[in-house]
Amino acid sequence: MNSINQSGWKPEMGNVGDTAPATYTGNKALMLEEALIFEIGTAGTTGVDLADAPQIAARLGNLERHRDIGLPGLSEPETVRHYTRLSRQNYAIDLGFFPLGSCTMKHNPRLNEKVARMAGFADVHPLQPVETVQGALGVIHELAHWLVTLTGMKAVAMSPKAGAHGELCGILAIRAALTARGDARSVILCPESAHGTNPATAAFAGYAVENIPATSEGRVDLAALKARLGPDVAGVMITNPNTCGLFERDMRAISDAVHAAGGYVYCDGANFNAIVGRVRPGDLGVDAMHINLHKTFSTPHGGGGPGSGPVVLSEALAPYAPLPFVDKNGDHYRLVEEETAGEHHGSSFGRMVAFHGQMGMFTRALSYIMSHGADGLRQVAEDAVLNANYILRSLEDVLEAPFAHSGPCMHEALFSDNGLAEGFSTLDIAKGLIDEGYHPMTVYFPLVVHGAMLVEPTETESKATLDQFIGALGRVAERAKAGDPSLKSAPHYAPRRRLDETQAARKPVLVWREPEQAVAAE
Amino acid sequence: MRYLPLTPSDRQAMLGVIGAKSIDDLFCDVPAEARLDGPIRGLPNHASEMAVERHFSELARQNMTASHNPFFLGAGAYKHHVPASVDHIIQRGEFLTAYTPYQPEIAQGTLQMLFEFQTQVARLFGCDVANASMYDGSTACWEAIGMAGRITKRTKALLSSGLHPHYVSVAKTMAQYTGDTLDTRLPELSAQTDSARLLAAIDGETSCVVVQYPDILGRIEDLSAIAAKAHAHGALLIAVVTEPVALGAIKAPGDMGADIVVGEGQSLGVGLQFGGPYVGLFACKEKFVRQMPGRLCGETVDAQGKRGFVLTLSTREQHIRREKATSNICTNSGLCALAFSVHLTLLGEKGLRGLAQLNHALAVQAADRFTQIPGVELVNDSFFNEFTLKLPKEARPIVRALADRKILGGVSLGRLYPNADALSNGLLVAVTETATSADVETFAVALQEILA
Repeated sequence: MNSINQSGWKPEMGNVGDTAPATYTGNKALMLEEALIFEIGTAGTTGVDLADAPQIAARLGNLERHRDIGLPGLSEPETVRHYTRLSRQNYAIDLGFFPLGSCTMKHNPRLNEKVARMAGFADVHPLQPVETVQGALGVIHELAHWLVTLTGMKAVAMSPKAGAHGELCGILAIRAALTARGDARSVILCPESAHGTNPATAAFAGYAVENIPATSEGRVDLAALKARLGPDVAGVMITNPNTCGLFERDMRAISDAVHAAGGYVYCDGANFNAIVGRVRPGDLGVDAMHINLHKTFSTPHGGGGPGSGPVVLSEALAPYAPLPFVDKNGDHYRLVEEETAGEHHGSSFGRMVAFHGQMGMFTRALSYIMSHGADGLRQVAEDAVLNANYILRSLEDVLEAPFAHSGPCMHEALFSDNGLAEGFSTLDIAKGLIDEGYHPMTVYFPLVVHGAMLVEPTETESKATLDQFIGALGRVAERAKAGDPSLKSAPHYAPRRRLDETQAARKPVLVWREPEQAVAAE
Repeated sequence: MRYLPLTPSDRQAMLGVIGAKSIDDLFCDVPAEARLDGPIRGLPNHASEMAVERHFSELARQNMTASHNPFFLGAGAYKHHVPASVDHIIQRGEFLTAYTPYQPEIAQGTLQMLFEFQTQVARLFGCDVANASMYDGSTACWEAIGMAGRITKRTKALLSSGLHPHYVSVAKTMAQYTGDTLDTRLPELSAQTDSARLLAAIDGETSCVVVQYPDILGRIEDLSAIAAKAHAHGALLIAVVTEPVALGAIKAPGDMGADIVVGEGQSLGVGLQFGGPYVGLFACKEKFVRQMPGRLCGETVDAQGKRGFVLTLSTREQHIRREKATSNICTNSGLCALAFSVHLTLLGEKGLRGLAQLNHALAVQAADRFTQIPGVELVNDSFFNEFTLKLPKEARPIVRALADRKILGGVSLGRLYPNADALSNGLLVAVTETATSADVETFAVALQEILA
């Protein structure tokens, strides 16, 4: 060694016992702080080279904008660095296990990104003549065929923009069907364990919402539901598998009872990934169900959207589906819009969005579906359910699992915070998991369980990943039971410590202002 | 199967831990009559990456793309050049494969980006605050009408005839069920908007006036008088912007008195994508913030006093308020908002103004060229990068004939307003920085030949 390094740099290991000093920059090696674009950019900087505009007499109606807009610019290298540094402050499925219950954080295959970016899909305008977009319409039609076949339903509305938008689509279809038969009903029933979007959607569509109680098993109380049905009930919104991670065994009986009382059955399909290829909701009497393409069919969550929420419909509701939709006539696809709807779709309740829905999500979802095929999708459901049961049974002696006695879980395992030391709760466990390098599970949902922790592993995870997570969650739970004070201050190793959400809500600061202005405003 | 890591022996070992004999035991709660005993018949089995890619390539080839042909479509979706770094950044896994930032300690990247996005949108629109985005412009527009109803406790909305017809349709769909009444009209092929009608119709029952700026025919009009009249009667002005690049050249709606400004952010960063996903923009005056729909990101500090960001004011939202929420919306359009924000950061004030000037100048030159064609008239006195031509014949077949010549020559008003005979000769033409002078000439020559 010395023979090749006689005069220069000499390797030395240093002292490992040194305490970590504060740094000048506030950075910690690879953990880099990053200022706001408003603090680092300037109005005169741009990362885009543009041709000079030809001289013309402006025709802007004398409305030229003279005042500064206040938009800082960055050069391209500064831009790439700014966002790359920000990106490194995010947890992501690409980095590790993301067991967020009900959210279905599965791997996002890169093939899907590649096909969505093909110019034939990404670089096409929604209002081009239909003869020039036959392939794009073909994608929508093919995906629609898969969705209808996998669910055993009659039709599918492709345009809803996300799950909650799909719920709205289904509820509006129910309302339109009732209106068509002159039956004004005013109430939608939802289980207490429902996603918040269910009651919000029903109210958005003008309905009163009433809760249906659950049994001690964590399922819909069929007797209570039957007792409440009547001529004022437009329908029920049931999540199946439900948010406790259980299959609603009585689903067929629920549907039959609701139909006998003149109502319709909406199924929240957020958890369809647990049963795809093994159960068709159409066989259970469902009238409408949205499918979150970003959950079951792997389109990326993108830090909060865009989603996509096609809605499959039964024969009873299909005539009321929103516009537009894609129709095949021989080898030719056509787009049924307002103009031609009258011919054979005159009862549609109308349009929900401009244009035709989330094309960029359709390509990705179809790519995922074709990659798996009918056999692979069935395997997806089986692996998701197997992984969740493995977690449930491996941890039920460590954390209370309130419905462990209710049978196997489906795609997610539910725990409560009963049994932790005084003053410790689910939040502390979640923050402790952050230090262990995981994104926490869903916390405090569903509302029917105290301090709920909902763990959804998906089919993406290997047994080794699950084993390590089971060890880590077990360890954090033991610390919470023992009242380890260091857990109350977790996370210690994330880019930020716990954030003051109360201050954020009490004095909302929603946009950046120049420091002087900010002071003056107070 | 390439996306599934469990091996057969893993599965056996895990079943052993669970205490189940087979995977079927785990589906025992499914009623027997609904259990499928094997893969669903009539659907193909799994396919290789190469096979899937080949299938999509076949389909993609059947579409006429905007970049490879003279292209002049707009009507709420605009083609702009998107810098390569935008797509690079949105494909970083830490943005692409993250969830909604519910655990802020490990989501500061998304949260800070959203805070920057909200500030950019608020400034562009001339408003105090903006949210973290909506699904798209059309749904943001309806949400704004609903929000005005909550604020004014009134139900009558006046919609300008210049509002995008799809946006009008979305509002009509929802109004059927909410009890709101919408006063709507078809536009006329005229340089005059219907602002005189709107001004006359505002009264003490009006909840809001909804005006698109520039409007569906491309016309630009000062909103100040409508704002003043609306405010005098306790009503709100909602401005709708479907081409935000225009605001690099013309006054912001908020600076003319608009209370709520919503829009479609697609033209920055997002691309055409056959109509979606896009990104809804939503901004308003600060005093209305607690009636806003959608997610909001706010600044705060962490336990050590460092600046950080969180989702805030969530007591408006469905996961807390359930049936009493301001909206049922449960997401935003995060990745598209990121694309919008990155593109706007690359442009900056200087770049956005330059881009807007370039668009307007090229549109003016193109309009002058098209009106040299015998029988073709320009409807607009004012416009930004999109204007309406009145042709001597019905425009729709002409658009198809142009497509046969590989020219994507605008949007016919017949497509947007089927069965409205008075509009059928109208052709909407958008000219952005992506249209070359050769494209304009090719289009003009072909149009003249087809009309002859």
